[in-house]
Amino acid sequence: MSIVRLQGVSLTIGVTPILRDVDLDLAEGERLGIAGPNGVGKTTLLMVLATLQSPTGGTGSVLGAVLGTPEITTVRREIGLSGHAPALYDDLTLAENLLHVARLADVDSEEVPRTLAEVGLEAAADRRAVHCSEGMRRRADLARLLLTRPRLVLLDEAHAGLDADARVIVDEVGRRVLGRGGAFVTVSHDPAALGRQADRVVELAAGMVRS
Amino acid sequence: MRFWPQVIEFARRDLIAERRAGEVVAIVVPFGAVALMTLPLALGIDSAVISRVGPAMFWVVSLLFAMQIALRHSAADRPEHRAMLSLLGIDPFARLMGRSASSALLIGVFMAAMFPMMILFYSPDLPDGWPAAVVPTVLAAAGLAMVGTLAAEVTAGLRSRTTLAPLIVAPLAIPLLVGGSQALESLGKNGSILPWTLLVTAADLALAVTGALIARPLEEAAR
Repeated sequence: MSIVRLQGVSLTIGVTPILRDVDLDLAEGERLGIAGPNGVGKTTLLMVLATLQSPTGGTGSVLGAVLGTPEITTVRREIGLSGHAPALYDDLTLAENLLHVARLADVDSEEVPRTLAEVGLEAAADRRAVHCSEGMRRRADLARLLLTRPRLVLLDEAHAGLDADARVIVDEVGRRVLGRGGAFVTVSHDPAALGRQADRVVELAAGMVRS
Repeated sequence: MRFWPQVIEFARRDLIAERRAGEVVAIVVPFGAVALMTLPLALGIDSAVISRVGPAMFWVVSLLFAMQIALRHSAADRPEHRAMLSLLGIDPFARLMGRSASSALLIGVFMAAMFPMMILFYSPDLPDGWPAAVVPTVLAAAGLAMVGTLAAEVTAGLRSRTTLAPLIVAPLAIPLLVGGSQALESLGKNGSILPWTLLVTAADLALAVTGALIARPLEEAAR
């Protein structure tokens, strides 16, 4: 089954074309890397895949839901996105941040300490997010993806701010989503960084995909 | 998670953040007290005038600082938070109601702190049975929280947010201000607070319905 199917997708913001005629297929169990320099539309493409941005042209579906239609809200819970900035609330501790997500996602709150341990943050569980390093915040954001078990994982510059140990966590997130029959997409300006996380790498240039 | 548990969870999160950040207790309440104290100083020694305008000043200060509370930094969602919540399948109206609930509580705390200060600085002649005015006051606090939260949502991500939001709030807050303040006036004239309480209740309900209708379009537009 296809997890993502984009056909001739374009997206224009104002008068500026960001994505142009993008064709992309992503099957179950596939790890896709999207490479390209800054400003070519990688993050925007990721937002389209996350159903958070509707294309202005072309057609597409994510997890069976047609983009730009109300049915996308029914599949959003199966999508996990870790963007440029970790989605943490500064004044909450790392544990409270994950507990908040667990409650909203109907995940057993008992899993929070275990997940924090999996990403090596058990000793920092009671530290406020604002007092954590960028690497720790990244790890906590990845812990959120382990906790909520999405079928489609989207990572934007997943390796930014992560040390070698933490990169293993990215591998683990990918391994688990593939184990659930899902798919994994990571974007980076550095093609070398994608090699380990992707079975297939496509290049985005001036809003267009090149295989 | 169903609607009301989501509302409670958002309110809980906001109150934890406020407890740590202390924006309302440590910053807004002292500034409100200073604002309340300024007018008697400006009016000089005319104690009759000061006594007469005390309750009105209480309401004006409450309205202005309620907006500060509703727009507080610790309760603002950044784009990454909004994306995460959308992908968790959260009902945008539940988030709006949760934020309104936490703001209502904090506005209530602010008003409770300002009231004795108003008594202290203005020495107003409060009518017998004035505690009955607490009911429309609490309802007005809830309404101010809702209108402030709606304004914060409408202006989310705009550079002119702190200027634009109060401009949106001002006309929408008029029935709340009139209902809350006139309830006390009415008690002073041996009248009933019921019409004013109904006015504030109707305004609260209208704001809640508006929130329910525009929460999702606002969330989609904010991206």
